[in-house]
Amino acid sequence: MKKVHFSEWGVESPKYWGLLALLGVVIAIAGAATWYMEHNGHWVTGMTNQIVWGTPHVFAIFLIVAASGALNVASIGSVFEKKLYKPLARLSGLLAITLLAGGLAVLVLDLGKPDRLLVAMTHYNFKSIFAWNIYLYTGFFAIVAVYLWFMMDRRMNKYYKPAGIGAFLWRIILTTGTGSIFGFIVARQGYDAAIMAPMFVIMSFAYGLAVYILVLLFVAKMDGREVGDKVLFRLKNLLGVFAAAVFYFTVVYHLTNLYATENHEYEAFILLNGGVYTALFWIGWVFVGNLLPIALVYHPAIGKTRGGIIAAATSVVVGGLATVYVIVIGGQAFPMAMFPGKTIVASGYFDGVNGAPFLYSPSLPEVLLGIGGFALVLLLTFVAIRVLQFLPVSLADEAVDPHHGKS
Amino acid sequence: MTGKRSITLLAILVSGLFLGLGAAFAGEAVEGTAKADKLESCVEPTDVMRRRHFEFIKHQRDLTVHQGIRTSKHSLAGCVDCHARKDAGGKPVPVNAEGQFCDSCHDYAAVHIDCFSCHSTVPGGK
Amino acid sequence: MSSVNDQGRRDFLKKTVAATSVTVAPGVVLHTLQAQAEPRTTPVTDKVRWGMLIDTSKCADGCTDCVEACDRENGIDLVNKPEGADDALWERQRPHWIRHVKLRDNMTGRITNLPLMCQHCEHPPCVDVCPTGASFKRADGIVMVDRHICIGCRYCMMACPYKARSFIHAEVAEKLTRTPRGKGCVESCNFCVHRLDNGQTTTACQDACKHQAIVFGDLNDPQSPVSKALKQYPSVQIRDDLKLNTGVRYTNI
Repeated sequence: MKKVHFSEWGVESPKYWGLLALLGVVIAIAGAATWYMEHNGHWVTGMTNQIVWGTPHVFAIFLIVAASGALNVASIGSVFEKKLYKPLARLSGLLAITLLAGGLAVLVLDLGKPDRLLVAMTHYNFKSIFAWNIYLYTGFFAIVAVYLWFMMDRRMNKYYKPAGIGAFLWRIILTTGTGSIFGFIVARQGYDAAIMAPMFVIMSFAYGLAVYILVLLFVAKMDGREVGDKVLFRLKNLLGVFAAAVFYFTVVYHLTNLYATENHEYEAFILLNGGVYTALFWIGWVFVGNLLPIALVYHPAIGKTRGGIIAAATSVVVGGLATVYVIVIGGQAFPMAMFPGKTIVASGYFDGVNGAPFLYSPSLPEVLLGIGGFALVLLLTFVAIRVLQFLPVSLADEAVDPHHGKS
Repeated sequence: MTGKRSITLLAILVSGLFLGLGAAFAGEAVEGTAKADKLESCVEPTDVMRRRHFEFIKHQRDLTVHQGIRTSKHSLAGCVDCHARKDAGGKPVPVNAEGQFCDSCHDYAAVHIDCFSCHSTVPGGK
Repeated sequence: MSSVNDQGRRDFLKKTVAATSVTVAPGVVLHTLQAQAEPRTTPVTDKVRWGMLIDTSKCADGCTDCVEACDRENGIDLVNKPEGADDALWERQRPHWIRHVKLRDNMTGRITNLPLMCQHCEHPPCVDVCPTGASFKRADGIVMVDRHICIGCRYCMMACPYKARSFIHAEVAEKLTRTPRGKGCVESCNFCVHRLDNGQTTTACQDACKHQAIVFGDLNDPQSPVSKALKQYPSVQIRDDLKLNTGVRYTNI
């Protein structure tokens, strides 16, 4: 195998600055939306005392989950010694950091008191998985940064593998922690399930890889870098496996719920009569997020085209957002079962009278904040690949495949 | 005294230009109407209070919230009770209003206080 | 959290030293809590656990006296709708500490009325999940929020099985000295803690209930009316499957 060379992103200056300016505008709009929400208070959002986590959390959780998944490409190269993946590792580590930064920014900016971030950094309740996550997130930044350094600095190359293993283990724990935010909520029917943690891990595999494929193809196209079919088909096949794995977990999650009578009403809500949540579950989560990408990726013709692969990765991202929406908002919209065997016929404060779900409609500023998170991820990524050598000079088949010509 | 009065009046007129809204609720504070105006010093010597009042308040805050201790010597409610002035009509003026007790120093020192986003700024029922 | 604890420890030591010398008078220590009409000077202890028994058979359909009393006592009625806010949306966003709930049994059709508020669990999920320790349980069993370290993440609201907590969605212009309140923090029923700390022994909702459906008091004192009532009548905890050992119990649900 030839030695892999890396280079800075070579897109022409006007295009580069234009791109940054565009993303800057999106981020500025998100900033204005945030200021509007924080200045007025959350009454200008669609969030209420029943639906306490809204659209910003959907975006934030998606990005945080995708962050740990984006690191997988690097892990496969260093932890599992797949040579083909090694040239892909730097961008993978970078995306892991930028996706997490974008997700955390959205999460923090939605706090009731974002100015008290310092309090969150100095006061800890170690029984809270949320507090643990603060450590897991900051630790992730540090560990992936070290991993990247060892990867990119020839002198430190010998420590590269242990760093890779460390980062891999850390990311598994991190996503377990993110899933446990929901898994540990005993109060609500839709959560309180141990399967949440592994399901979030497998979701992260799919979302992170989808984002990785999209970013890789975009930046390569912009500066005319070759991405060979060998690499791309390997990635897209993996994406198909991950999408199928998410589907498997989805099926198991709902089947186990269906077995227990106490969860029947919740399952009916998500699967049958939950209105927007039912639609998002079947169309967004299951079809767009799982079945469509599997079909696209493994289709004998479409699966071998760039367009088909881009469509598959995009549908994993869109379906992923729908998945997180159903989990976060759908899980809250279903009224809590406080009085088994009884129906609440009147309430002074919205207890799901006659089983009616809680209402939520996303407000524009919430959505803008979420989109701003995506823009921040891309902006940070584009700046980094412009100034440092994150991208392999070529990913053409003969440049990356150790067995090229043999088979 | 009259000199001071006219300065106050001038201050009222000038500040009135800037904050027509803030003055809508209570009139301008009248000097000498706060309990503290009649006292020699605060609950601790003045120089100690100047330097350490936030420590006292914070200490008391944790005692009150977590242990239920409601003594008022170092309580914020005590500060407000004693330092809030009244307007000509006897209505209390917010202690953090522009030029009032808290604001006059904190504005000068450019130290932002977050107490009154939650706490009452005028003496109130217990 | 550590600063609070250190302070607590230091203060506790100081107070115990003081207490040994002052409260030699027999039997005073435990009972002064109820008897004193002065603001507290000593830390609350777990010798007392505040709790409530609600007799739903006495709770009248259509009556909202306890809710109104709570609103007045805790300044909730001072929270105004922001200008330009949508009425229906604001109704779902404004704070609520106690609410009237009417139930119908699915099989028998029997109707039950009850007030629902923070159940002051012995093992509160809201305390478990709070990242900063702002959601905490006082030694005397009252579950409350330390607004000074609440960052407004709302995880406690996700975790509460009783939907008892409210997030303050807007600036609050007018607030009472006894109940500070501001935009961006979470709050809930605190058993009128300001009353208890100032030597009173009743809550506003209890005082307001003309049907005597609410009995409040010290669950640890076998002689208190609430303990006696709990011993006499069969009572239940809402969501007893969660084993939270709530401080608020109900009869005749």
